[in-house]
Amino acid sequence: MSFIDLLSLDFMQRALVAALLTGLAAPAIGTFIVQRRLALLGDGIGHVAVTGVALGLLTGASPTWSAIVVAVLGAVLMEVIRERGHTNGDVALALLFYGGLAGGVLITGIAGQGAATLQAYLFGSLNSISFADVVFTAILAAVVLVLTLGLSPQLFAVASDQDFARVAGLRVRGYNLLIAVLAAVSITVAMRTVGLLLVSALMVVPVATSQQLARSFRATFVGAMLVGCVASVGGLLLSAALSFRVDVAPGPTIVLMALAMFTATWPIGVWLRRRSRLMAPFPEVSAAPHRSTDQHPHEHGKDCGHPAVPHADHVDYVHDGHRHAPHGEHYDEH
Amino acid sequence: MTSPDTSVPVVLDRVSVAIGGRPILRDVDLTVHAGDMVTLLGPNGSGKSTLVRALTGLLPVARGEVRLFGTPLDDFGDWQRIGFVPQRSTATGGVPATVREVVASGRVGRRRLLRPTSAADRSAVESALEVVGLSDRASHGVSQLSGGQQQRVLIARALAGEPDLLVLDEPTAGVDLPNQQALADALRQLKERGATIVLVAHEIGPMMPLIDRTVVMRDGWVAYDGPPLTQEVASHTHHHHDHDVPGGHDHAPHVSSPFDWERGNPG
Repeated sequence: MSFIDLLSLDFMQRALVAALLTGLAAPAIGTFIVQRRLALLGDGIGHVAVTGVALGLLTGASPTWSAIVVAVLGAVLMEVIRERGHTNGDVALALLFYGGLAGGVLITGIAGQGAATLQAYLFGSLNSISFADVVFTAILAAVVLVLTLGLSPQLFAVASDQDFARVAGLRVRGYNLLIAVLAAVSITVAMRTVGLLLVSALMVVPVATSQQLARSFRATFVGAMLVGCVASVGGLLLSAALSFRVDVAPGPTIVLMALAMFTATWPIGVWLRRRSRLMAPFPEVSAAPHRSTDQHPHEHGKDCGHPAVPHADHVDYVHDGHRHAPHGEHYDEH
Repeated sequence: MTSPDTSVPVVLDRVSVAIGGRPILRDVDLTVHAGDMVTLLGPNGSGKSTLVRALTGLLPVARGEVRLFGTPLDDFGDWQRIGFVPQRSTATGGVPATVREVVASGRVGRRRLLRPTSAADRSAVESALEVVGLSDRASHGVSQLSGGQQQRVLIARALAGEPDLLVLDEPTAGVDLPNQQALADALRQLKERGATIVLVAHEIGPMMPLIDRTVVMRDGWVAYDGPPLTQEVASHTHHHHDHDVPGGHDHAPHVSSPFDWERGNPG
């Protein structure tokens, strides 16, 4: 069987659709979570959702549904603690993380299920996805996308400055809860794809990748969704191609693919930021004393290789810790 | 009983505010008339910011009443008439954003849900950028700007909502003189349009000629309310110096345990 034959299989097509939807939805809500500097919120909800899955296994209910219910409850609880608990919200969140994971493992044991059952949820099981799962994923992903895109002005305002948003008349608590609930929903969406323990990666890594190159929020948002799609579809295809030789799980491949994209863009981002810092105009300062350089054999010009930084009505050439401005025959120290 | 006058932007009627059960503001009376620019001065911990947070509804009032444009705060719904510049908040978040995007978020109080940006939104954003003199930086990343310029971005964000009352909490803290001048120019233009301005400040500098009235806070009380005072006079009359005052104290309790919170404090 060749790689192309593999793509024509039903389960593979279902997995591709699920991966694509996850790659769109998780970074969309992830952008607002990173904007709020809560990058690890997704991780916390993912851990809490483990308990939800275990409760499903114990009661015989659908683990996806019980995971959604528990994840949403966990997200709301975290949001309430974060909002009310003042400074050390992170400690409270950590308590929930561990409680969620420990509870999940414990309950799974009580339910008489082994670690293998839980593993499908912890690290994803794209290849066992059913048609009903795909429909379910599509509906949830659509809800996440419609709400994040439609309410993006409000979510942006709330995520960047809560006090300002509240005085502007927004129901800040409602929007915070919405972000938390949407995060919980995307996590359950991504549960089948990359698994609960890696889910936060799809919310955060595409955003981190995208912001290496983007300067605006909109570009970061769109870029993150693009990176998310490429990583999840690409990761799935890569793991399928490799599966002829070794046993490669799609979940970790997707996450590593996203990280590889981050690693590739990071040096470019470093270079771009350094350049924009170097080229930022110097502020105008009145009545600076006139100082000319001693000796200056080098002639500055357009392509002399030294950064030409705007300074009031002229440019300063920057080299070796000096700022040299042309002044008649010589250069001034600025 | 007098009927509340809807033309008066701010009325504080014997307002007390407590944080964590500790009284911070005690029996503060303050009326700000339309078109006035009022500065709140006072040492650290005197309750200036608490007053501003109480009048913007960010802190609950323990006793007394705050009325904005004649409406008690609890019933007040015209939040788009209020512009707010919070204290020491940076304009940058976890994700890069351009100056125009941050300023455009100031329109959020006037936008309806799930509607695209209107022409009125765009022109308000452009004119707010112009007022603070950052039009040429509109597509720059906010994090590329200096602290003073970021402060101007936050003021433009408040202006983009076209407020009738602008409340600024320490916009001049740590801002260099040219940027203070730019702030003062922006506030002058806003004042000429008839807006009311409440300004908490440590440094008044170039804003001095704009000020109609000074209120000096001390230890949660209004210690002076009258014609404009310079920073020097205000601090000499009431305190030797704003900073490192012996015996200077902060009434706000510090809650540090993760599950502790104050009943009745919406956080």
